Amino acid sequence: MKRREFIQLSATLSAGAMAPVALTGCAERPLPGTGEVVRTPTVCNVCFWRCAGTVSTENGRPWKIEGNPDDLHSTGRFCTRGDGGLGMYTDPDRLKQPMIRVTENGQQRFRPATWDEAFDYIAAKMNRIKDEHGEDRLCLFSHGPGGSYFRRMLTAFGSRGYTQPSFAQCRGPRDVGFALTFGEGVGSPDRTDMENSRCIVLIGSHLGENLHNSQVQTWISALRKGATLITVDPRFSVAAGKSKHWLPIKPGTDMALLLAWMHVLINEGLYDADYVDRYVNGLDKLTAHVQQFTPEWAFTQTGIRPEVIRETAREMAKAAPATVVHPGRHVTWYGDDTQRSRAIAILTALLGSWGREGGYLAMENVNLPRYPLPDPPAPKNNWMQAVQGEYPLAPAGIAQKVIDGSIGDDAFFKGWFVYGTNLGYTIPGVTEKLQQAAQSLDLFVVVDTMPYAITGYADVILPECTYLERLDPIRNSPEREPSLAVNFPAFEPKYDSKPGWWIAKHIAERLGLGDWFPWKDYGEELDWQLRQVGSSLDEMRRIGVKKFPRTTPKYFAPNENRQFNTGSGKIELHSDLLADYGHDPLPVYTPPPTRPDEKHLHLNYGRAAAHTFGRTINNPTLFELMPENTAWVHPVAAGDFGVSNGEYVRLKNQDGVESLPVRIRVTQRIRPDSVYLVHGFGHKESQLGLANGRGADDQGLITRILVDPIMGGTGMRGNFVTLIPEEASA
Amino acid sequence: MIRYAMVIDTKLCIGCGDCVVACKTENKVPAGLNRDWVVEATTGTYPNLKTEFRSERCNHCAKPTCLYACPTAATYRWEDTNIVLVDPNKCTGCGACIAACPYDARLIMNEGYVSKCTFCHHRVEQGLDPACVSSCPTRCMHFGVLDDPNSTVSKLLASREHKALLDETGNEPQVYFLT
Amino acid sequence: MREEILITTRANPKIDPNVAAWGWQVIADLFLVGLTAGALIFTAMVILGRKEENFGFTAKRLPLIGLISIGLAMTFLFLKLTHKIVFWRFFGAFVPTAVMSWGAWLLQLVILAILLLTLQGLRGGYPALARPVDKFRLGTWALDWAERYRRPVAWASVVLGVIIAFYTGTLMTSMDARPFASSGLMAPLFLTSGLATAAAVVLIGARAPEERLLFSRVLFGMVVFKVLLLALTLANLANGSQVQIESVQMVFGGEYTRLFWLFFVIPGLLVPLAIEAFGLRGKRASWMMISPVLVLYGAYMLRQLVVDIGQVSGYLSYVNTYNPALLDLLR
Repeated sequence: MKRREFIQLSATLSAGAMAPVALTGCAERPLPGTGEVVRTPTVCNVCFWRCAGTVSTENGRPWKIEGNPDDLHSTGRFCTRGDGGLGMYTDPDRLKQPMIRVTENGQQRFRPATWDEAFDYIAAKMNRIKDEHGEDRLCLFSHGPGGSYFRRMLTAFGSRGYTQPSFAQCRGPRDVGFALTFGEGVGSPDRTDMENSRCIVLIGSHLGENLHNSQVQTWISALRKGATLITVDPRFSVAAGKSKHWLPIKPGTDMALLLAWMHVLINEGLYDADYVDRYVNGLDKLTAHVQQFTPEWAFTQTGIRPEVIRETAREMAKAAPATVVHPGRHVTWYGDDTQRSRAIAILTALLGSWGREGGYLAMENVNLPRYPLPDPPAPKNNWMQAVQGEYPLAPAGIAQKVIDGSIGDDAFFKGWFVYGTNLGYTIPGVTEKLQQAAQSLDLFVVVDTMPYAITGYADVILPECTYLERLDPIRNSPEREPSLAVNFPAFEPKYDSKPGWWIAKHIAERLGLGDWFPWKDYGEELDWQLRQVGSSLDEMRRIGVKKFPRTTPKYFAPNENRQFNTGSGKIELHSDLLADYGHDPLPVYTPPPTRPDEKHLHLNYGRAAAHTFGRTINNPTLFELMPENTAWVHPVAAGDFGVSNGEYVRLKNQDGVESLPVRIRVTQRIRPDSVYLVHGFGHKESQLGLANGRGADDQGLITRILVDPIMGGTGMRGNFVTLIPEEASA
Repeated sequence: MIRYAMVIDTKLCIGCGDCVVACKTENKVPAGLNRDWVVEATTGTYPNLKTEFRSERCNHCAKPTCLYACPTAATYRWEDTNIVLVDPNKCTGCGACIAACPYDARLIMNEGYVSKCTFCHHRVEQGLDPACVSSCPTRCMHFGVLDDPNSTVSKLLASREHKALLDETGNEPQVYFLT
Repeated sequence: MREEILITTRANPKIDPNVAAWGWQVIADLFLVGLTAGALIFTAMVILGRKEENFGFTAKRLPLIGLISIGLAMTFLFLKLTHKIVFWRFFGAFVPTAVMSWGAWLLQLVILAILLLTLQGLRGGYPALARPVDKFRLGTWALDWAERYRRPVAWASVVLGVIIAFYTGTLMTSMDARPFASSGLMAPLFLTSGLATAAAVVLIGARAPEERLLFSRVLFGMVVFKVLLLALTLANLANGSQVQIESVQMVFGGEYTRLFWLFFVIPGLLVPLAIEAFGLRGKRASWMMISPVLVLYGAYMLRQLVVDIGQVSGYLSYVNTYNPALLDLLR
């Protein structure tokens, strides 16, 4: 028998009843807001942007969420998902009580448990791992602010293993590529100064559909002021529709375009010579390197006409330094992603827009002291060396390497805490490895608000309450102006769910590590921190957001000399560090994988404004807006496959993996050689009443991974699908 | 009559649907019913394309055929404005207004009476914009009094090309789209 | 190429994907009110022409059928209301711009008129019903009154009959947003149809040869009129606004073509027309009773088509990107 069979949390266990609709007859509904309204400051957690706002209840019932005007993340306006946040609280399919895996009559199933039972179980297993393998063999997969308590608990225990899928599956190449060039990364929220830009270049970045609030707001405000938008995208994205220049590039050839742009900037003398002289290293080598990459050559790769490449390069230079060549966010595409991000960084340097108004600014947060805690035990082993030693330039955990490092009897990791990450739908092609890891691990704990697929592997499922029912760590993210924001609970935790801090504290206490959570309520810690900067929890409860003055300049001063945090102390166009580690010191072009045959189309994917990955599909409010995804195909492709608008098809990839049925959208907005899907759909868990069976899951169709040799990122865009009309599929 | 108008910049709208969510939560519109919606119009052939995004709702027509058609005076104008409202206590659900509205902008509540966008008159009364306008992250939606030449809506209509939906019906719709 | 789609999901019941606020109840209502209008007019004309002896069925029996019709019509109308609890609001206001408000009040007068016509014919037409009424002093008084004042009532009835039949058509016309129904010719078309309906009922019910002969001629005439008016209506729509032109295309090659021609025009108009034309030349055979039945069918179909195509036709018809049926999971 399998050590850990995948268990589908049965829908019957989640027997939360929807309130019956009362027949109110002709009783007039009172106007909204005329009842007793209570407002609570919140920090949105529907996505990681974490905008600050206010939750309103009326007569004790959830009413609405609005942005806090003092908050620069939102400027008082939440996005679609943030406004729909109450659905996270009201979702009837939420996890309702702790569950423990048991085996009865040879059958594995989950049984409801008390919190005490769950804590005892976890503490016993952790102690056994410590005894048998060492205290450093646990790892945390995390997404979201609440991961920090579990990280604290595990650090106290002696385990430093930590990974966020958002690194190797999303933004990692950009962080590394920019750090290699400028000595620091883009950060989050991205340090683009778009509100002051006169030219914005988007490379596969679909701002607008990708609704990171202040990013979209600053982008749109630039457009309102007449900034030039250049969009490079094989699909006619929302952004493409607002662009002066849309470059419908052949998928996967972005690097050729970037190199040709460098070629034009250098050969036409359009780069910022003064800036380059002052701050930049390696122009000669770059100049020599890009001579071969003429616009005429790039045309053969990208399909973008040479004159368009020249014209757009000149537009960028004309507006420079108020030009942002946007770094993108999800950039794990073709495996050369760090190098592509480097190319973007190099363009940025040539345009002189790093550190300049309208280009990239220095964001600032508040110098907020950490709560005093005991010294952590020294790590026994370097876990990064143990599981991802071949990627010395990766500054963070690579999720799929951690998974690899958890498979087999001699694996490094023996226990997992999975916090708010539905790994099977987050990391492409990982299902089999997850199953293998589940056979090897001695402990598998899932902390989440919803019964996502990942819970099927768990020994223990711990139901966390939503962000609307708990305190979260103080939001102190870098912004144009520093500020702090606190998320207060607007509701009591529903069902038997608990805040993450409460869960971590109790596990720590079972392990004898209570010193690390030396308070009764997490609010005490927040209050202590706030008092160090002249505020308090009470004040924050009143105002939600507290602004602080900047202490550092936003931009480089004119003629300022500065040191960059690179080997040479300068912006490095040519990277000796990369060369030292055996990588190309200057970006080179590698042609992308080609379509196996006429019947296979490029699989492209992206985001929609209504959803945060797969985490919001079951949110009733957001489901209502967008209950499924569609497969975009060009009329020519639709004709080839004999499918029509609104019809359901299955997508089958080059390795034979089939998706769930997905609706066809026939549109001119896509190239005839591509299919486009919004990511996050195609859940197959019956306990997700709304999301189950809706649309196609792109991650499942991504079985060919193009690994980034520099930082271990998982390039996802080398996959191809064919369409199978519903009746024809097996 | 005071004429309130909504002016929506289709060039800046990203079609995110936030207006729809904000309306639904603010006005507690039951699941499965909508007072507003977003339309995407694409013209041309690849790669020469144009898109337009429109957040649509009741147009609060200056000449509202729905109001004229209502046999019980359940449909009425809010105070001395063009804001068209429905009084559930007078609405029999006869459907005359639904048949009379060229925008199909009305809906039937689960209780049986007809409902629609109110321009959030309960907010307008407090000097606030309708929920959709105040939530729009791109600030592409504007609301104000058209009779005031200095209002944002008047200025935008004076300076930008615009259209309203189905002008030809003679209903004088008051939701304008900058194009 | 133009792609115009809803990118947030919209599926308002009875509005999307097409307006479907009016169903069989309204169609039956329009049909029955038309029949009542015809009954008012024919009965009144027989009374005014002092031909009650020759046309006994029309004078004495038809009004009760009209009364039952209008009773059913009001019942169906009530059934249609989705917010019945305040149905009385129809009589809480008079809205001069609202055709339905006129209808609400006019129907009260119509009910009164058809009731009085019924009472004046009760003793002669339905003695079994008259006897129990006559047992009460008030009943006797009412029957006497109705008989005595039947001529002034008849004058009013002719006027009311025409107006109420026009009303049913005008109700359609007034729906500007439903292009197929918004031709100005709906009023005479519905009047003609109402008269044909009542004539068909007479033809089915009357036994006197003279009465049957006259009403077979009336029926023929009315169906001829109806065909002409229908042709004019279609021509009127075809020369109307863009949306009207599009709406009329629905019966010329569009999705309603089959229903319109095969299930309405041919069986409901042309076949009875042929039968009646044939019947005018000689003796009526018993199989020809099919003709008035078909006329009734045609009258119902006319209203169904005007209401249905009217609702399906419209100004805006957006297609949802996402399957709107999925919202049922939330309802």
